[in-house]
Amino acid sequence: MAEPFLRMKGLTRHFGPVQALNDVTLDVHPGQVLALVGENGAGKSTMMRLIEGVFEPTRGTIEVAGRSVTFDQPRDAHAAGIRVIHQEPEIVPDLTVAENIFAGNLPRVARHFLSWPTLQAKTAELLAAFGMAHELRPRQMCSGLGPAQRQMIEIMRAVQAGGKLIAFDEPTSSLTDEETRRLFAIINRLRDDGVAIIYISHRLAEITELADRVAVLRDGALVDDLPAEGLTEERITHLMVGRPLSDMFPDRDPSTGDVVLKVEGLTTEHVSDVSLELRRGEVLGIGGLIGAGRSELAKGIFGFHRRLSGRVLLDGNELPSGDTAAAIAAGIGFAPEDRKEEALLLMQTILENAVLCVPEKVSTGGFFSRSRALKLISDISRQMRLKASSLDAPITSLSGGNQQKVVLTRWLACDLKVLILDEPTRGIDVGARSEIYDLIRNLTDSAGLGVIVISSEMTELLGLSDRVLVMADGQIRGTFDRAEATEEKVMRAAIPQGAHAAPDNNAFSKGTDR
Amino acid sequence: MSDRSATAPGGFTLHRVVERIGIHNISLLTALIGLLLIFGILRGDVFFSTRNLLNIGMGVAILGVLAISQTGVIVSGGLDISVGAMVGLTTVATAMTIQATEMAGLGIVAGLLVGGLAGLVNGIIITYGRINAVIVTLGTMAIFRGVAFILSDGQSISIFNDSFRWIGTGRILGLPAPVWILLAVVVGFYIFLHKSIVGRNYYAIGGNPIVARLSGLNIPRYRVAIYAVSGVMAGIGGILLAARTGSGQPISGSDGLELEAITAAFLGGCAMQGGRGTVVGALLGVAIIGVLNNGMILTAVPTFYQMLAKGTLLIVAVFLAEFRLNKA
Ligand SMILES: Nc1ncnc2c1ncn2[C@@H]1O[C@H](COP(=O)(O)OP(=O)(O)OP(=O)(O)O)[C@@H](O)[C@H]1O
Ligand SMILES: [Mg+2]
Repeated sequence: MAEPFLRMKGLTRHFGPVQALNDVTLDVHPGQVLALVGENGAGKSTMMRLIEGVFEPTRGTIEVAGRSVTFDQPRDAHAAGIRVIHQEPEIVPDLTVAENIFAGNLPRVARHFLSWPTLQAKTAELLAAFGMAHELRPRQMCSGLGPAQRQMIEIMRAVQAGGKLIAFDEPTSSLTDEETRRLFAIINRLRDDGVAIIYISHRLAEITELADRVAVLRDGALVDDLPAEGLTEERITHLMVGRPLSDMFPDRDPSTGDVVLKVEGLTTEHVSDVSLELRRGEVLGIGGLIGAGRSELAKGIFGFHRRLSGRVLLDGNELPSGDTAAAIAAGIGFAPEDRKEEALLLMQTILENAVLCVPEKVSTGGFFSRSRALKLISDISRQMRLKASSLDAPITSLSGGNQQKVVLTRWLACDLKVLILDEPTRGIDVGARSEIYDLIRNLTDSAGLGVIVISSEMTELLGLSDRVLVMADGQIRGTFDRAEATEEKVMRAAIPQGAHAAPDNNAFSKGTDR
Repeated sequence: MSDRSATAPGGFTLHRVVERIGIHNISLLTALIGLLLIFGILRGDVFFSTRNLLNIGMGVAILGVLAISQTGVIVSGGLDISVGAMVGLTTVATAMTIQATEMAGLGIVAGLLVGGLAGLVNGIIITYGRINAVIVTLGTMAIFRGVAFILSDGQSISIFNDSFRWIGTGRILGLPAPVWILLAVVVGFYIFLHKSIVGRNYYAIGGNPIVARLSGLNIPRYRVAIYAVSGVMAGIGGILLAARTGSGQPISGSDGLELEAITAAFLGGCAMQGGRGTVVGALLGVAIIGVLNNGMILTAVPTFYQMLAKGTLLIVAVFLAEFRLNKA
């Protein structure tokens, strides 16, 4: 085989007492997709930050094309041809598509002036090459774009800047299946063009489909590096968690009780005339494309958005409009999809984040009681297998998946009747994922909660739900019982009306109100 | 993942101590000691005299109350620049009440009430008018000052009530009464902001209002209350000032009191966008400003240059606060 493009030698990184990455030696070859897998907190993102020059390694070296390099900042890594596409794409919303793609490398005239004609032509060429010409225009502002389009812009930026290694850190977690397919086509093209690819994902089906090699991290150490040929999902899971997992979605007999949550003709600025019923012990799945209004429906029920008309009844009692406190007091919990913007207080500790919704359980006479908080949360976080050095550590020191577990912990600490989970396993590893599924079933079957799960992942949606609602354009477009719900039926219902003529055109351009 | 670095047997290492006090507070202490050294060397004869130290204490009592309350406001993501004007207004209200009733207690109640009302006005406009807090309190700063002038007809109102004057001039165990009051306020506000559920929610609201709302906090109600509390605290400052000067003056509190209070809060570790800041830090910030003010007077720095120093200090404090945040 040809010489590797990137070689990590004994790469190690500590954060205080935490060994995030431990003596990893790994090659990345041009024209190959190297999949990086491992549980939450295994050190995958840390490795990306090291090769992109965000952090310096505690020990170890990085070689690019046979030469040892040190990166003081991401700019140095970019110059060496290394690019990392992060989960939250870094684009400037107030600039045009063209400017974002060519940021840092804008064509000029007379040194100080932007050459619009050249920029426009180059952008159009790139858009065509990526099959995005019908969807994005060079002069379009980026502020209204959905996550998939933002991500494409980042990829195009990496390619036009001559990226020789492109790493994707959980790229599909906010993409629909359709958008994922398109991303894969592009990754395959890049591989054929001789780009070295690192691909990080918790969705193992994607790994078996895409990867040439699979590298497995566990607790910061590289435990395996093997060809993907012939690897099954079960085998990868086993390598990652060190034990086989039981069936993710065991068959069960849903024993649902009476109606606990009733929504009648709910209309907000984002959804129109939605009615639904949720029973005790039921898991109600909500599917649809990104931007279909699923998160907005949740926020309408929860009282984050003001109701324009309609009613929300919990156990027959109407909830006031636009009042989240009343919703929580009545027994509704809502774990939003966007961790950083909507769920976590980034300046605070794990413990402080976890107890946010249960002041009465962690206080005596209006004063915070640390001992009660610790007791409550350490029990739940142990159940959740939270990986943290201490509950007093800052929330930002946790890996993505572990942050998500803290969000779930917050709601498990409450006494709820209804729990609404928006993309509950986004960024969560397989092992923890099956634990979360167990947990949801436990909530419904033993505690009698009604649970609403919003999910873009078809397997999860169909596997978990007793009933599936499908939304498009802020309305409900279909309801399927567990027995009759199939991937195809859900997909068909999810495509917005009027878009049937050119389905792949409109399906992606609605993701603005998220 | 064992915490090796800090677990000496007996468990009380330097590392632990530093962690407990906080890096930031340690740098403030260092700065404070540096200032003490400088002024001690320049004017050692007077600077460390009991009299002068008590003077510093007297001088920072009002500022201390305001800086601590400002810390609460900034932590919640706001800013209150009308505090100086509220102080002026409450001195007038207190003095007028005592003049009319001859009762110290009523004067105190009037001061707290007027301060609280003024704060409530701020809070209601900011919350329900959805106007930026800086703009609103800039406006009400002029309004409150105007009201104070109208009420007093622009005159200074003298207070002859001895029990009221004691608040500003009396001593307990050798320490001036205002210093005791400051200490009480520090302890009370520390418990409120750091230990009570309501106070801790200030941090949630300032840290990320969307998260706070999705966690069931009634943000409008909190906002109004936060500014009302700031008004009551300004009321305490006004009472202290009226008691010390023996008068209610519409112009009082206008000599850059809000500037110093905000500076102290940022020195103390507040973040511009909220969610961060401590009472102890603010108190250290106050001590730095107090020592600096006193030292500049003792070393005969001209007043005009003192103003330069104060303005610079605010900008430096905010710069350092933001710098620290971006690095973290
Ligand atoms: N800035 C930091 N400060 C302290 N600890 C950190 C920091 N960044 C990462 N860690 C720790 O390093 C370990 C590895 O984290 P990393 O983010 O690399 O995990 P990951 O494999 O990307 O996990 P996930 O799948 O959940 O994204 C975790 O235990 C995490 O808590
Ligand atoms: Mg990660």
